[in-house]
Amino acid sequence: MTLLRHLVAALVAGAIIWALSVQLNAFRDFQMAEIAVYVVAIAGLSLLIGLSGQISLGQGAFMAVGAYTAALLMLHLNWPLWAVFPASAAVTALAGTVVGLAAARLSGPYLAGATLMLAVALPSLASQFPGVFGGDQGLSVTVIPPASLGATFPQTRWLAWVCALAALVTLVILANLARSRVGRNWRAIRDDPVAAALAGLPVGRLRVLAFIVSAACAGLAGAMLAVTTSLVSPGSFTLSLSIALLAGAVLGGLGTLMGALWGALVIVLVPTYVTDVATSHGLSGGVAANIPIAAYGVVLIIVMLIFPQGIQGGLRRLAKQFLPAPPTHLDSPDRRPPASEDEDVNSPYRRPPVSEHQEEGTS
Amino acid sequence: MTEFLQFTLGGVSFGMVYAAIALSLVLIWRGTRILNYAQGAMAVLTTYIALTVINRTGSYWEGFVVALAAGLVLGAVIERVAIRPVENKPPLNAVVVTIGLLVLIEGIAGIIYGGQFRSFPPAFSLNGLHAGSVALGISRNDVFVAAAVLVVALALAALFRFTSTGLRLRAAAFNPYAARLLGVRVGRVFTLGWALAGLIGALAGLLVSTNTFLYPSSMDSIFVLGFTAAVIGGLDSPVGAIVGGLILGVALNYVGGYLGSNLVPIFGLIALVAVLMIRPSGLFSVSHGRQV
Repeated sequence: MTLLRHLVAALVAGAIIWALSVQLNAFRDFQMAEIAVYVVAIAGLSLLIGLSGQISLGQGAFMAVGAYTAALLMLHLNWPLWAVFPASAAVTALAGTVVGLAAARLSGPYLAGATLMLAVALPSLASQFPGVFGGDQGLSVTVIPPASLGATFPQTRWLAWVCALAALVTLVILANLARSRVGRNWRAIRDDPVAAALAGLPVGRLRVLAFIVSAACAGLAGAMLAVTTSLVSPGSFTLSLSIALLAGAVLGGLGTLMGALWGALVIVLVPTYVTDVATSHGLSGGVAANIPIAAYGVVLIIVMLIFPQGIQGGLRRLAKQFLPAPPTHLDSPDRRPPASEDEDVNSPYRRPPVSEHQEEGTS
Repeated sequence: MTEFLQFTLGGVSFGMVYAAIALSLVLIWRGTRILNYAQGAMAVLTTYIALTVINRTGSYWEGFVVALAAGLVLGAVIERVAIRPVENKPPLNAVVVTIGLLVLIEGIAGIIYGGQFRSFPPAFSLNGLHAGSVALGISRNDVFVAAAVLVVALALAALFRFTSTGLRLRAAAFNPYAARLLGVRVGRVFTLGWALAGLIGALAGLLVSTNTFLYPSSMDSIFVLGFTAAVIGGLDSPVGAIVGGLILGVALNYVGGYLGSNLVPIFGLIALVAVLMIRPSGLFSVSHGRQV
């Protein structure tokens, strides 16, 4: 039943996207493909943070892994797109397993620090091995629409279709995963790892699994980004990409897939808009380029301080006020334990002086 | 052999900078159980301020003092405005807020000062020192870097050990709840901790920018290595932060010297993961791990 609902929703969304892509010009089609890329990357990150309670700043680094995998497969082996996407996701999932094994033993700040380091360190590998990864210039890939669509078919529209399809498939899979036993187990280990372990859940393994899923999403998103921008270079996968993804996930609403869409819309459309406005008001390019960065910071701080449930949480609250109460779902904010509301549960003042930050996994 | 000596001494100088960052992280972590990801960005901002003052007045030391003061104020303001509201919330919120501060401050620095690389003047001569005929591979300025961090660390140790303010800082860090019952104004003490951390971070920014150039994200890689140093030492231990910084600085200087500087960040990552896998509480931490 759930599967059916998700499939229907995906079909409707697909129809809307198709209708839009035919109407829009090439630049908007390109943006649509970009939004699809970010939806996939943010959805993975949002599930990781919102459901399993692990925070990662390495999502951009995993996108780099996926993007380089895709570029190498297409340049050297001439793989078609339908094979490149899953392969990139699989390779990145493998990388995610390695990091996830280390990450499962770490909690909040340690994990964020380790993945932050990953985001800072990984691009330098591309410069270290210029023979394979093309150095700072990177690798360029080109995708042409299939001949059956006609010779004049715009390339950007084809990319928008491909990326939107990949994003919809990913979202359906993730939606089902979040509603499944695995998703419920993730919520359990997020809310209380001790209780979850006592109830027999393999806490370490579940954390690693969440990390793998999120890395696979990042890998797919990286491959999609590679074909969309037709260039893979270390400069595209800086720390600011990881932080933009985090900002998108937080703003949209952690742990919700619709939130990933809101987040992706904001981080693709708003910076372009802001930069346009800033340059048209005579600000120099350097200043204009930095405004979105500062804006991500403001978004992260304000959302966390004022409405930690993000846009999707706000929409749900609105819907509840104006519509008759729908059946509550497991991940609706009001069904969560009061940890985020109740000041005392997680208060550092209630903690014993013995620190609890050095977690060791049971895996 | 000479090369080895040069790499070691150079590593000590870099290591002391990592140690300074680590020390500032430890100060905040002990008090509020928050890891301040914005520490590097704050240091960038104060170093830009120093550069502005130096260009105006022509005096390195005026810029130096102004930057330290700015770090002190910045730390206190950030704690009051952005951190206080999340201190009682789930740890994830604080992580996200400090990451938000990181990009916000770097963005502001970029808007005000632009993205180009700027050179930062050294405090002392950059000419290499010699012992007899052997080049030591370090300069007078490198000696100053190590000495400055050491002096600040000792001053901090004295503050914690011998003053009543230090006693309050320790009490609030040890058990905020009990400290509050005994009349310690815990909120103010935390603000002071953040201010001191801001000062030490500002010092690290001033010292390292001579070697790395100054641009809005110039402290990112320094920050992650400082974080690694803090983890090596155990996030709870100021002594551990210094020792961790020294170990990391020397080790990474060997990597950079013998294998190539592009590998330094990757080896930092390997070191971090290795420490977290083998001894997650760090080398000097006294607290016990939680078994989950």
